[in-house]
Amino acid sequence: MILDFRFQIFNCGFSEIEKLKSKIENSDGCRPKSKIEMTLEQTITWHLACYADDIPENGGACALIEGEQVAIYNFSRRGEWYATQNLCPHRQQMALSRGMIGSTGAESEPKVACPFHKKTFSLKTGACLSGDEYEIKTYPVKVENGQVFVGI
Amino acid sequence: MKKKIVVVGNGMVGYKFCEKLVAKDISKQFEITVFGEETRPAYDRVHLSEYFAGKTVEDLTMEPASWYAENGINLILSDPIMDIDREAKTVRSHHGIVQAYDYLIMATGSAAFVPPIPGVEKEGVFVYRTIEDLDLMQNHAKKATKGAVIGGGLLGLEAAKALLDLGLKEVHVVEFASRLMPRQIDEAGSNVLKAKLETLGLKIHLNKNTQEIQGNGTISGMLFADGSHLDVDMLVISAGIKPRDEIARAVGLEVGVRGGITVNDALQTSDPNIFAIGECALAHQMIYGLVAPGYEMAEVVATFLVGGQKEFLPYDMSTKLKLIGVDVASFGDAFIQEPNAQTIVFENSAKGVYKRINISNDGKYLLGGVLVGDADQYNMLLQNTKNKTLLPENPEDLMLGSRGGESAGSGVMALPDEALICSCEAITKGAICHEIIENGVTTLDGIKKCTKAGTGCGGCVPMVKDLMNETMKSQGVFVRNVICEHFNYTRQELYDLVKIKGFRTYEDVLNNLGHGDGCEVCKPPVASIIASLWNEMILEKGNATVQDSNDRYLANIQKNGTYSVVPRIPGGEITPDKLIILGQVAKKYNLYTKITGGQRIDLFGAHVGDLPEIWEELVNAGFESGHAYGKSLRTVKSCVGSTWCRFGVQDAVSFAIEVEERYRGLRSPHKLKSAVSGCTRECAEAQSKDFGIIATEKGWNLYVCGNGGVKPRHAELLATDIDSQTCLRYIDRFLMFYIKTAEPLTRTAPWLDKMDGGINYLKTVVVDDVLGMGETWDEEMNLLVEAYKCEWKEVVESPELRKRFTHFVNAPKVKDPNVKFEPMREMVKAGEWK
Repeated sequence: MILDFRFQIFNCGFSEIEKLKSKIENSDGCRPKSKIEMTLEQTITWHLACYADDIPENGGACALIEGEQVAIYNFSRRGEWYATQNLCPHRQQMALSRGMIGSTGAESEPKVACPFHKKTFSLKTGACLSGDEYEIKTYPVKVENGQVFVGI
Repeated sequence: MKKKIVVVGNGMVGYKFCEKLVAKDISKQFEITVFGEETRPAYDRVHLSEYFAGKTVEDLTMEPASWYAENGINLILSDPIMDIDREAKTVRSHHGIVQAYDYLIMATGSAAFVPPIPGVEKEGVFVYRTIEDLDLMQNHAKKATKGAVIGGGLLGLEAAKALLDLGLKEVHVVEFASRLMPRQIDEAGSNVLKAKLETLGLKIHLNKNTQEIQGNGTISGMLFADGSHLDVDMLVISAGIKPRDEIARAVGLEVGVRGGITVNDALQTSDPNIFAIGECALAHQMIYGLVAPGYEMAEVVATFLVGGQKEFLPYDMSTKLKLIGVDVASFGDAFIQEPNAQTIVFENSAKGVYKRINISNDGKYLLGGVLVGDADQYNMLLQNTKNKTLLPENPEDLMLGSRGGESAGSGVMALPDEALICSCEAITKGAICHEIIENGVTTLDGIKKCTKAGTGCGGCVPMVKDLMNETMKSQGVFVRNVICEHFNYTRQELYDLVKIKGFRTYEDVLNNLGHGDGCEVCKPPVASIIASLWNEMILEKGNATVQDSNDRYLANIQKNGTYSVVPRIPGGEITPDKLIILGQVAKKYNLYTKITGGQRIDLFGAHVGDLPEIWEELVNAGFESGHAYGKSLRTVKSCVGSTWCRFGVQDAVSFAIEVEERYRGLRSPHKLKSAVSGCTRECAEAQSKDFGIIATEKGWNLYVCGNGGVKPRHAELLATDIDSQTCLRYIDRFLMFYIKTAEPLTRTAPWLDKMDGGINYLKTVVVDDVLGMGETWDEEMNLLVEAYKCEWKEVVESPELRKRFTHFVNAPKVKDPNVKFEPMREMVKAGEWK
């Protein structure tokens, strides 16, 4: 498992490591920082989620990964992929993968809108953009040879 | 052979006649010749005093000579008509030109009335009428210090202002009557005006009868009947006007006892081939000495010549003007008093403000009034008078204007469409609003150009501005109703652009008309526009992910993440076999079943992965999508109608089925509901629908723009006793107009609320086809109707589309374990929100 992880780090380069770290911090901010390295090594692994053409262009779909529902978004307009939890924290509905994606603001923050009540969340940080307290988990994604991997 | 029109006189009204006739004479059947006495083409005499305040002749000119040439008008200046041969139908000019006419228009205007006072011929005595007069005055004023004006009326005070502008040190106004502007304002108003004018440097003498103009060749003073004397070295006589009727009189046309060419309501003189308009005409036994009625006369005659019919009716003589910086206005019946009316008077002599309004004894209507010193409320008061608007509880608020807080009652938006905003050009509120709404005119100059409102006396300009602002606000022009941050267009603009460019995918629209990546706000309306325009399968060409969730899955998402299934049951008619199929499907997939408000059956609780299979069974049994998920036609409800009901007068069910099948699948800004009732008892509740049809003995009555929902609204009657074909045609046009112009997620009722002119305007668009769009919309609707396909049938038959109906993309057979149901009676309900 550790080997696998190091191989991936080798592939993605330094900036991606930083991104991974920040993801971990964001997803579980109460963890003491000194344990980040250990956390990385313990929990991150890349999972084959689906094939790239399973996810509609500029839309999302949900994959079941190790019992978790992960919404994967193919933001083809920007050539980017994102993954978040599928659960909308507002009414606890497994629906984010069916939401519309888009961007907002001067920085073109990528976002998804829940189909139930149009709560919107940043695809980058998981922050709620429509003014509520909760946030969603985001996951690193990569596509290789037409296969979509999600890091959990 | 062209008909020959000869216009005698090139003043404001003569010019206006040319302008109107040229505009109306589309077939170019007239040859127009104009004879003018003055050396220059018609100029704005109303604003003559501005000549001394810096305006040039060019500024005052109505249109330059080139305009006449461009419009094929033969303009002959400095050459007055001397004679008319009514037998031969020719006129002869001073220079000897003989010109034949079929119709002769007398627009000779008026001259200053000069009373026969000894000494009027002396140098330094002027009239105030033409630019030549002004030039002469200007010359003389250089060596004059003390001036006087005979006449304290409107023109006299204008002349007094001219003398002030010319730099005279002392200016006197001499009026024979006991008050200033006796035709416009009352004694109390005159007192306030007098005091105000005196503070501005005028010396005002009332009850003064000039007996003699003294001086040796040049004026040196005035002697009055009361024995008093005034030293002046310049005098302007402005004691009234006299119609220029001398030629008419000479050739035997009927004239009035006190002058003026007598005309009938069509403005024909006693010779039916000769018309008289403007200040030379005596209509309704009076000379209309204002420009607005003159223009109206021009309109009446021009209309008559092109074969139309219009009468010159007694004209409202309300006026508002600024005299030497002081507002003076009178409107309606300014002088009516008790016991025929109640009068409310406001006077602030310190500020020089006097206001009087006369209201009917029952307190309901405004009859007229006088304003001095502050005439800001003039337009509103005038409109309230003319339109017989019910007065607010405290009518004085209207007169005084709002004193903080809410503005008082009857604002410009409350006026009816027919309200005349610009009386000079006879432009109604409706006409101005039309330009703003339909043609997107958003500047005052634009409005002036296309309607000519505000180009006459200019008194209506503030009201035109108000109307523009308010209308634009109501149209969202100020706060431009752009769709979202990604598109700088309103829905209507986007609709037109997408149509013109032929875009069929959201990506194309975004790439070409928008910026950024789009969002959940702009995607559904753009998807809806594309669907409304082309009626193609909404899940193809990459458009699936821009649909709102319900459209993307062709079903309504419910509380626990499952979907509901609503097959179309046109008109609410269903066979027993189909009922059984619905029951079987519901049982097989454990669906909760309920009869909807729209006479259909809703099946709740379907997992997203089961939708294609459920629909496969339904489609095979002859059902099709009910579009309950779409912003599109939902259901056409019906009562049983004449096939069974003993009261029914038409077959409501058959027509409801026809209507529903015609518009099924039609995407629109919001959902559409309809109903057909078989008789006036209205059991189908058609009057609460976006379009409702109620049977009559002769056919159908069509109602539009009703809804239930948050703000229930009764539909309004659009057409009565129409046959089925006409009914469908009207609905076609109504729906196309709505789809084309409504904002996103605006149902027909609020759409109509925002529409200027409301149901009456809608009627003219749908029934009278004033926009001329009828045939285009008919064709567009027919294309949409022909392009209809059942979306669910297409999904069921396409493995590629079916693939998208799964919860887990990597485990298509697995259902969402989070979906919870709870038992309820003998069925299930969605698990409660957490």
